[in-house]
Amino acid sequence: MQALTNRARPVERKPMTFVERLYLWNIFKGMLITLKHFFKRKATISYPEQTRPFSPVFRGLHVLNRDEQGRERCTACGLCAVACPAEAITMEAAERKPGEENLYREEKYAAKYEINMLRCIFCGLCEEACPKDAIYLSETFAPANYQRKGLIYGKPDLLIPNPQEQPEEYKQALGNRANKQHQAN
Amino acid sequence: MYSTLLAFDWLFLIEKLVLIVGIVSISLVIAMYETWAERKVAAFMQDRRGPNRAGPMGLLQPLADGLKLFMKEEIIPNTSNRMLFILGPCLAMLAAMMTSAVIPWGGKIDFFGREVNLQIADINIGILYIFAVVSMGVFGIMIGGWASNNKFSLMAALRGASQAISYELPMGLSLIALLMLTGSLKMSAIVGQQLDGTWNVVYQPLGFLIFLICAFAECNRTPFDLPEAENELNFGYHQEYSSMKLGFYLFAEYINMFISSAVMATLYFGGYDIPGVNDAHLTETVGVNLMALFQALTLFAKIGFFIFLFMWVRWTIPRFRYDQLMNLGWKKLVPLALANMIITAAVVLWLKK
Repeated sequence: MQALTNRARPVERKPMTFVERLYLWNIFKGMLITLKHFFKRKATISYPEQTRPFSPVFRGLHVLNRDEQGRERCTACGLCAVACPAEAITMEAAERKPGEENLYREEKYAAKYEINMLRCIFCGLCEEACPKDAIYLSETFAPANYQRKGLIYGKPDLLIPNPQEQPEEYKQALGNRANKQHQAN
Repeated sequence: MYSTLLAFDWLFLIEKLVLIVGIVSISLVIAMYETWAERKVAAFMQDRRGPNRAGPMGLLQPLADGLKLFMKEEIIPNTSNRMLFILGPCLAMLAAMMTSAVIPWGGKIDFFGREVNLQIADINIGILYIFAVVSMGVFGIMIGGWASNNKFSLMAALRGASQAISYELPMGLSLIALLMLTGSLKMSAIVGQQLDGTWNVVYQPLGFLIFLICAFAECNRTPFDLPEAENELNFGYHQEYSSMKLGFYLFAEYINMFISSAVMATLYFGGYDIPGVNDAHLTETVGVNLMALFQALTLFAKIGFFIFLFMWVRWTIPRFRYDQLMNLGWKKLVPLALANMIITAAVVLWLKK
């Protein structure tokens, strides 16, 4: 049979030498190993104070974006829902009424926009499909929930904070990666 | 300075009471912080940080743990023997605490002209007393396992009891070799000899090794913690215990560890002897009381090392299988201890001629 790796090594079945049979010496060697670890760098991250740095390609929780004036970018075209391989996105479109120009960027908007986080596989295809830069995957996790219905995220959960009313929260939600992408557009 | 009433030295009684309270509380505090230290040592050896949230460096962790144990629901199983069920952890705790009575914690101190010995009871049969009390510890395990009325607890208690009894044998035999050298069972005399001469471990390295291994087994510490084998016996003799009664069992283990470290330090590592220091000279310069403090600190440093050794071994070696444990005890340690005893006897006889 061909070996899968070059690391395979036949099992040694030599009888133990006298020193090995004494066992104490081996215990001592083992204790030296554990003692070495005593002085090693800790792998732990003290969570609330330190956070694990995300990879630049990390895809986290979805965010529905707004433009600079705080208007929703989404036009409920449904391309994200079509692109979604897990069929996690559902939406209902509605028409913008006069006087709502400060709320929605275009004439059509999503009256209902839901992502089922239980189905979502965080592939990022919705982000790629969106022609309006309205949805992207941010740098946070979806928190755990006690009920299944709590993991179906509606518009209030997804919408990014308004950049004019809450600039700091907006910036935080935008994150580093989205920021760059946003500026590129 | 004797105030006698009914022809009895009442100051003596007070002195001993203070000593008892002091030593008991010290051993409790040390046992508390042993639990903290154990978690820290384990964490460091596994590249983790260990408890660091409660207080600076997690130093309040034992208090939090204690509070948690007290707050837990206290369950006594319906089918158990109520009295014995409660007696079990009490006995374990009692046996663990009682051993500290004969250990000399330091030299004499001078308390307003009264000479106070830093030892609760300086009896002639100190070592025998320790053995007697240590073997009482088996009752705690056995009664706990029996009273739970649970097959697994009973099995584990049987294992624990047979293990403790098996390892007491080589422990005693290794000590006989030591006693041939010291010629006394009195703890203070054994320390006194080491104060002037060399530590006993130099003469009795093999004896010490056997004693150390047996101490591990007596304290039910890994690699000999078979009574607690949670995978085979789903938790051992204290399976039915909850809340602080379980806490007492675990606590007794830590006190045992502290006391056996103290015994090892006293018997083999010079007790409160400060290495490389002429005690008589230093006493003249710094005074009796300060000297006693230094000596006590030295003893506690030695104890600290042994406690660390207990933990170090625990987080290095996996648990023995039960037949291996019995094999080691009866077929390896007993003959080794006997041989050590005979060789020591021969050498002692030869040197005395």
